[in-house]
Amino acid sequence: MQNLTWTGTLGAYINPFFLTALCAFLIFVVAAAARGFSRADGPNPINPTPPSIALFGPTLIIGLVLWLLSLSGLSPFEILGLGNMWLSLAVCLLIGVTAGFGLFQISSELVFKLVWGTFYAALGLFLIYLVVGLFVLPETMGIVGAISKRLTPTWIALLVTFSVSIYFKRSLGLYGKLFDSPVGMIGLGLVLFWVFTALLGAGFDLIATHDPLGQVSGMKNKHPGIPLRGAEAGDYPYYLFGGDTLARDVFSRAIVGSGIVIVIAPAATVFAFMVGITLGLPAGYFGGRLDTVLSFLSNMVLAFPVILLFFLLVTPEIIESGLPKYLAVILFVFPVIFVGVAQYSKNRLKPNFLTLQFPIMMIIAIWLYLSLISEAGAVISILPPLLDLFDVPSEILVVFVSVVFVNSPTVFRIVRGLTLDVKTRDYVAAAQTRGERPWYIMLWEILPNVRGPLIVDFCLRIGYATILLGTLGFFGLGLESESPDWGTTINAGRKLLSVYLAPVLVPAFSLMSLVLGLNLLADGLREESLRD
Amino acid sequence: MGMFILRRTGVMLLTAICLTFIVFIMTNLYPNLEKLAKNEGNFRMSDAEVASFLGNRGYTQGKLQNYGEWLGVLPGYVIEGIDGKTRGRCSNHGAIVEDAGRYCGVLQGDWGFSSRFKEPVLKIVATRLALTGKLMFWVLVVMVPGALLIGVMAGMREGSRLDRSLSTGAIVTTATPEYVSGVIFIAIFTSSAVGLKWFKGSATSAMENATLENFLLPVLTIAIYGMGYIARMTRASMAEVMTAQYIRTARLKGVSFANIVLKHALRNALIAPFTVIMLQIPWLLNGVVIVEVLFNFKGFGWVLVQAASNNDIDLLLAVSVVGVVVVLLTQLISDIGYVFLNPRIRIS
Repeated sequence: MQNLTWTGTLGAYINPFFLTALCAFLIFVVAAAARGFSRADGPNPINPTPPSIALFGPTLIIGLVLWLLSLSGLSPFEILGLGNMWLSLAVCLLIGVTAGFGLFQISSELVFKLVWGTFYAALGLFLIYLVVGLFVLPETMGIVGAISKRLTPTWIALLVTFSVSIYFKRSLGLYGKLFDSPVGMIGLGLVLFWVFTALLGAGFDLIATHDPLGQVSGMKNKHPGIPLRGAEAGDYPYYLFGGDTLARDVFSRAIVGSGIVIVIAPAATVFAFMVGITLGLPAGYFGGRLDTVLSFLSNMVLAFPVILLFFLLVTPEIIESGLPKYLAVILFVFPVIFVGVAQYSKNRLKPNFLTLQFPIMMIIAIWLYLSLISEAGAVISILPPLLDLFDVPSEILVVFVSVVFVNSPTVFRIVRGLTLDVKTRDYVAAAQTRGERPWYIMLWEILPNVRGPLIVDFCLRIGYATILLGTLGFFGLGLESESPDWGTTINAGRKLLSVYLAPVLVPAFSLMSLVLGLNLLADGLREESLRD
Repeated sequence: MGMFILRRTGVMLLTAICLTFIVFIMTNLYPNLEKLAKNEGNFRMSDAEVASFLGNRGYTQGKLQNYGEWLGVLPGYVIEGIDGKTRGRCSNHGAIVEDAGRYCGVLQGDWGFSSRFKEPVLKIVATRLALTGKLMFWVLVVMVPGALLIGVMAGMREGSRLDRSLSTGAIVTTATPEYVSGVIFIAIFTSSAVGLKWFKGSATSAMENATLENFLLPVLTIAIYGMGYIARMTRASMAEVMTAQYIRTARLKGVSFANIVLKHALRNALIAPFTVIMLQIPWLLNGVVIVEVLFNFKGFGWVLVQAASNNDIDLLLAVSVVGVVVVLLTQLISDIGYVFLNPRIRIS
């Protein structure tokens, strides 16, 4: 069998159009940037910019871009090289002046229309690859089509979520409003893409083509699209993104790796928020000595260089000493406290609550907490194995604890600042006059009213936690060296980076797109929550 | 003002002492010491031999005592070991030397001896810090003007196309951690697979002789990640200033837009980014570690990784002291600078 090409036999007909659209888009982006840099929104009739200055921007941008291209020695621009760098620079700048002058003869509206037109053309052609790929054999539409086909469950889930959400968006509150902002929608799309891929790919194993840890002889260090050697009837016949240094499938590893990231990063962020909120609210509300001590502690953790902290916490010797476990005991108790106090302060006067509901709830919460921290045979094993509901693998627990530990002081500071700001409001004074207890005021008056900034920060912080997880993996800390998570994979592949790009670039772009999605989502949420 | 600086310095010292104490405890946990003993002595030591090795060298005296000795407020140990030899901390953990002082800690300028590099810690830290200083300098040279330019241009007309495209660009850079942008740069510009080969994938030669070819990629990798954040902060501050009353007055007077931005808005808009830039420097330290490992530039970050993975106690302590001092110093400078730049704030 032959290697798969990127776009297959059918793609060969579409490629020229796609590449033309893409090049045209890039050229118009440069043109639009050149125009926009000198006069952003049309001429100013009162104080017109003199032509010498107006032309300066386009000349510089177009000239320098051309010059760089000529230096790169790519075929169509080679002529501009002229054998001499400086001569070539002069000629490029001259072309820049001419092009800039030409640009100002067209209206800026037209330039921007051309940018968007070519962008949509390129996007549409790319969608053709994806959509056609769903229905044809891998050979016809190449790697792009085949991957699109493997991701069918994700596409279906995304389509369903988006159509349902857009249909009901008026009754969905802040989440529904996201669908009014393109930035928020793109961000949500990227995030949901990875959530569904993780759920369906790593959870239900519907997407990955091979075993992420399985090694196939003869598949070591292969380029994308390599046919599987010795494939049997049930096997998927290709390694879509090639094989890595241990002859494992890069595509499947990236898919299964997303499962680890998608579970740990948000969960660690939730725990960090629980710690930050439970400590930040009283620090801001009561102030005084409590505030001084807690602020000092949080500043102390923040003054620690993050990487040094990771190295100190996650080395095998420290894990052996059980320190992360003790840290887990402290950090994981905060969600229990949070839930307990919140429920108690709200419902303590209701009949039956203190005698029936509250004890049951607390028993369940404490049981979950004990199951989480105790592990048979480890430093801390409080529960007998019979009652221990689940065991978290110790290396994941360590990574989890360190990400929570690094993030919670920042959350603490944010919550404390917001509380300081809000506690002087009238509704807090009203609650105080009513005779409400402090914890009720903090959790049921202040906290709901600062949720906007907290939700935005929550999204950003998941992205940051993802980056931290990648950092841990990049230094080979915590997770085992064969774990398919993105950071570890980047670390494993970078030794042969100059020859085999796919094993590193696939997880790198995956991580980047997830974090980008979270950042865009946060931006969209901020914009929409500021609107009302 | 003097009182303020004094108080901040006091808090800073307290934080530094607490943090080094924590690092001290963590590096001196028994499994770590056992590893150290096996590294220094031989790998087949029995548990009893390890214990006597550590006992002879004063590691089992109690953490506070050891920490005091490291700090130089308690006299260094002089122990007659089980093997009959007498060793002293101030004699390099070896046989007693006559002219060794009683105290030999950080306060006396003795930072200890690195077990990984077999050199005095002070010398290692000084040379490596100089190399990283070079890297940081160029990062700041690229990052700060770039970020301010992007932020000011985006913020001067909020909501314009220029603003939208620059803001999106800034979000993209903040979503690209160093180890992602670094490997992308290496893949595109240095690999034989793409074939451009404009730059070098290793910055080892940049330690003596930094050129565009071997130094641009590491500098860009760090600068880009920080740039987006500073640019967004600058944009927010610029956008706020541009809605102020006095800008409207200037506009109504007929001042040209360029003059409004450059003469009226810019100075007020740059107060907030100053703080952000100062607070960003500790974060650069993270980037420095990643990039130095990725590009094999043997500076401070590389030393940190070496020290931590070999549990080189003295070196690790010195590294954390430097890290903590950098963080706290930048905080102090940003606070003081903010007061000087912003006439509305006066600390009594």
